[in-house]
Amino acid sequence: MPGMLPDGEPAPADGRLPEASARAFGASPFGVYVHVPFCRTRCGYCDFNTYTATELAGGASQAEYPALVMRELDLARRVLLATDNSNRRGDGGASGVDNSNKRVATVFFGGGTPTLLAPEQIGNILKKIDETFGLAPDAEVTVEANPETVTPRSLAGLRARGVTRMSFGMQSAVPHVLKTLDRVHEPGRPQQCARWARQAGFEHVSLDLIYGTPGESDDDWRRSLDAALAAEPDHVSAYALVVEDGTRLAAKVRRGEIGAPDDDTLADRYLIADDVLEAAGLRWYEISNWARGDGARCRHNMLYWTGGDWWGAGPGAHSHVGGTRWWNVRHPAAYAARLAGGRSPAQAREVLTAAERRMEEIMLGVRLAGGLPLTAVTGTASSSTERIVASALLDPAAYRSGRLVLTRQGRLLADAVARDLT
Amino acid sequence: MSDPAQPAAVGRRAPAPSRTDQAVIRNFCIIAHIDHGKSTLADRMLQLTGVVKARQMRAQYLDRMDIERERGITIKSQAVRLPWEKDGQHYVLNLIDTPGHVDFTYEVSRSLAACEGAILLVDAAQGIEAQTLANLYLALDADLTIIPVLNKIDLPAAQPERYAEEIAGIIGTSGPDDVLRVSAKTGDGVEDLLNAIVDQVPPPHGDPDAASRALIFDSVYDTYRGVVTYVRMVDGRLSSRERTLMMSTGAVHETLEVGVISPEPIPCEGLVAGEVGYVISGVKDVRQARVGDTMTSSGHPAQEPLAGYQHPRPMVFSGLYPLDGDEYPELREALDKLRLNDAALFYEPETSTALGFGFRCGFLGLLHMEIVRERLEREFGLSLISTTPNVIYRVEMESGREIRVTNPAEFPSGNTPGSPGDGSLKANTGGKIAKVFEPVVKATLIAPSEFIGAIMELCQSRRGVLGGMDYLSPERVEIRYTLPLAEIIFDFFDQLKSRTRGYASLDYEPDGEQQANLVKVDILLQGQPVDAFSQIVHSDSAREYGLAMTAKLRELIPRQQFEVPIQAAVGSRVIARENIRAIRKDVLAKCYGGDISRKRKLLEKQKEGKKRMKTIGRVDVPQEAFVAALSTSRQPDARR
Repeated sequence: MPGMLPDGEPAPADGRLPEASARAFGASPFGVYVHVPFCRTRCGYCDFNTYTATELAGGASQAEYPALVMRELDLARRVLLATDNSNRRGDGGASGVDNSNKRVATVFFGGGTPTLLAPEQIGNILKKIDETFGLAPDAEVTVEANPETVTPRSLAGLRARGVTRMSFGMQSAVPHVLKTLDRVHEPGRPQQCARWARQAGFEHVSLDLIYGTPGESDDDWRRSLDAALAAEPDHVSAYALVVEDGTRLAAKVRRGEIGAPDDDTLADRYLIADDVLEAAGLRWYEISNWARGDGARCRHNMLYWTGGDWWGAGPGAHSHVGGTRWWNVRHPAAYAARLAGGRSPAQAREVLTAAERRMEEIMLGVRLAGGLPLTAVTGTASSSTERIVASALLDPAAYRSGRLVLTRQGRLLADAVARDLT
Repeated sequence: MSDPAQPAAVGRRAPAPSRTDQAVIRNFCIIAHIDHGKSTLADRMLQLTGVVKARQMRAQYLDRMDIERERGITIKSQAVRLPWEKDGQHYVLNLIDTPGHVDFTYEVSRSLAACEGAILLVDAAQGIEAQTLANLYLALDADLTIIPVLNKIDLPAAQPERYAEEIAGIIGTSGPDDVLRVSAKTGDGVEDLLNAIVDQVPPPHGDPDAASRALIFDSVYDTYRGVVTYVRMVDGRLSSRERTLMMSTGAVHETLEVGVISPEPIPCEGLVAGEVGYVISGVKDVRQARVGDTMTSSGHPAQEPLAGYQHPRPMVFSGLYPLDGDEYPELREALDKLRLNDAALFYEPETSTALGFGFRCGFLGLLHMEIVRERLEREFGLSLISTTPNVIYRVEMESGREIRVTNPAEFPSGNTPGSPGDGSLKANTGGKIAKVFEPVVKATLIAPSEFIGAIMELCQSRRGVLGGMDYLSPERVEIRYTLPLAEIIFDFFDQLKSRTRGYASLDYEPDGEQQANLVKVDILLQGQPVDAFSQIVHSDSAREYGLAMTAKLRELIPRQQFEVPIQAAVGSRVIARENIRAIRKDVLAKCYGGDISRKRKLLEKQKEGKKRMKTIGRVDVPQEAFVAALSTSRQPDARR
């Protein structure tokens, strides 16, 4: 979750949704995101909404945190299900909406460092989600973890409590790169975590990598990719390092202590990643994500990219239901105070116009391997599709069958394509 | 006790306008460099003669426009009637305030023609400057009595002895002791100066009974009154009840009001020979009452106009475009309004593929250009892009046809004789170029002698031809060069100032034209010429211009999805080339739930930005790139 919150209109104190959005709930798959805003130390490149123990004072300690999240889940129930109690837990109804969508299809614990919470705490939150909305039998439940915070025992504990997928922040296998990123884990630890996770019974294990760190060479990057693949994950995410304003890394770049990664280098690294991962049998399904088969894709993230609904619980968490997006106050203390006062923790929201929804659909859909139907593009933009195909940014075969799918070169210029298609 | 030797009309009371005897009139102006204290001296005179009370006094009373006040320079001259009593005798002193800049030399010459005397005002800490010297020579040519005055004698850095010597040497007739010393700031010596004007400046000697002839030395548009025309009556009498005739155009106008300024307008019955005042005739546009023209009575017109009338000729041209294309109508309206008060401003619509709709504007010089631009932006709230200024070229084709080029993009593409090429690019005009002529100026530079080398080096590099050199004093030298005007309107002033640590001053006057080996350098993006960047340069400098411009554009134009060659070409010959490599990455790696709003807004913003770009061929160029490329170190600085 990025540090900067967008501007928006004020959100009502009771969290109530606009009527059209409330009515639309249930029309799309539904997920729950739980933000865990704690880290042991803060990494120099990170602008996420997270706090070290010393940064937190009063009202929002780690021990009390699960109870706070549960309070927000109660609010979520009131907001989403108040008008329609009979449909709770996905019982059939006559409304014409497929009520199975009101069950929770995916849960994602992100951070911060969710594994700073004990497996029991995570298990309790998950139980609360099930009691509140009903967890689908095949629900995907992902927990993000920093390698230094898990053990074979804690992983077994998470699995036993219903977590189905682990995602480890590996970033790199190269010591000098990890040092630049302020990552505290030893090289080799993430791969070991992945193996422990397998032993604990996790079918789905993902590793996150970062490329383009100052000082990283092409060979360093290959070494990291090879090391990741050696642990046999069924999913890899690879992100270009973005020097975000306000981070220690940005300050170092500004002072000229380290060189900012340049776009051409990042493009080269992306192509290396794509070559190596594809050769190992992982297929790209979103610009920065590769999976071993469709079943290994992160369904929770797919929900973000395909217009699904989700409730984001926790400070700074974003939510989307039926065309309304909102986001919570950032600081855990302010978040705790809102909930203690019986008010919604939402800081602001935006009710999307039809044009904005169309723009998001194109902007997000074009990043996927499945692409977009040609019919999603309308108006003057539809006249540019031929030209984009001719510039080799859209796949001609897919285009002939009525879909807009980026080529490898097109993935690197996805924002430019999105601008041309909207 | 009465003195029978005194003229009859001269009494013990101040003479009234329209019946002032020439014998008590003294018409004079002040010649000075910017900052040498002309306006402050004028202020002191207004105070001492009692026409402005001390508490009404605002600094630089005569400089009315905000820009004039802020820049401390006078753009438009005015005339003020000052009563002065000396030895029991009432006099009328008409102070004609002249513009102080090279661009307005013609207006200066008309102001001088309205006077019999001139105060040569020199800063006692700085000595005479080239501009002042040029105007002094104009005054001497016009046979004016010169009263040399050193100002700012109260300054610790003042060196009155040294500069009195210098001035005496330049004027030649007076000794250093004849140079008056004043402090316009404190008022010290100003009374003596007013007395010296009475004693030394001869009275006018026009023919009061002849047909009326009035010299127009200024014309100002006033929103409420229409055009106010300032005149010096040379012969005869102009009554407020008569219609007037402009002798250059033959146009007849009603007379609404005649008066004098002292320092606010005071209407009167008329003006008689020797007097200075104003005429309001319901004219709405200063071009109908041009500086230098002769105004006469339509009932009894004079036979011959006064000598010296010239039609103003623009010397420097530039394209002016609204930053926001939607403001084109506002720009047109603003120019129309400015022209009411600026007979020298020339403009016509022009279209640029790069900049859209705008105007090709002609100016008397760089200061004039800067002032017009500043007024458009300040008074009319417009944001403008101006193209690099250029001069006017005369092109003779082999066919005998002659073309006048005020916009480099319109320079014919035919080959100049002796240049290589197959002549395939004869496109727009047909035929080959036989000869190209460019305007030249005679430049006078004054500087401490230690900078002679630096100045000569600069002038030589600008195709200058040395005309001569004279020592004004052992430390200061006057250098004369003939230079192409085009070489001066680039960054010449800046260079001169930086090479002489600000000590050199410059003046120039038109000196005809010369044939030169000039070529047009086109700048092409992906093979498409960008008209706003075309430039006419000497063939020796073509490569330098091409290299500089292509390198700059490479920095300014964002990378596109394809490679963009930037070329500089003379005709079909490419003389410089740069490449903008294709962009390879334009994507944000991460886009999760919390990123979506931010990313959508970013895309919307980028799309907005793209809409504001100009498309040259397939290349999107942000407007800022044009602005940055055009506002280079070559941007003129007319303040010297």
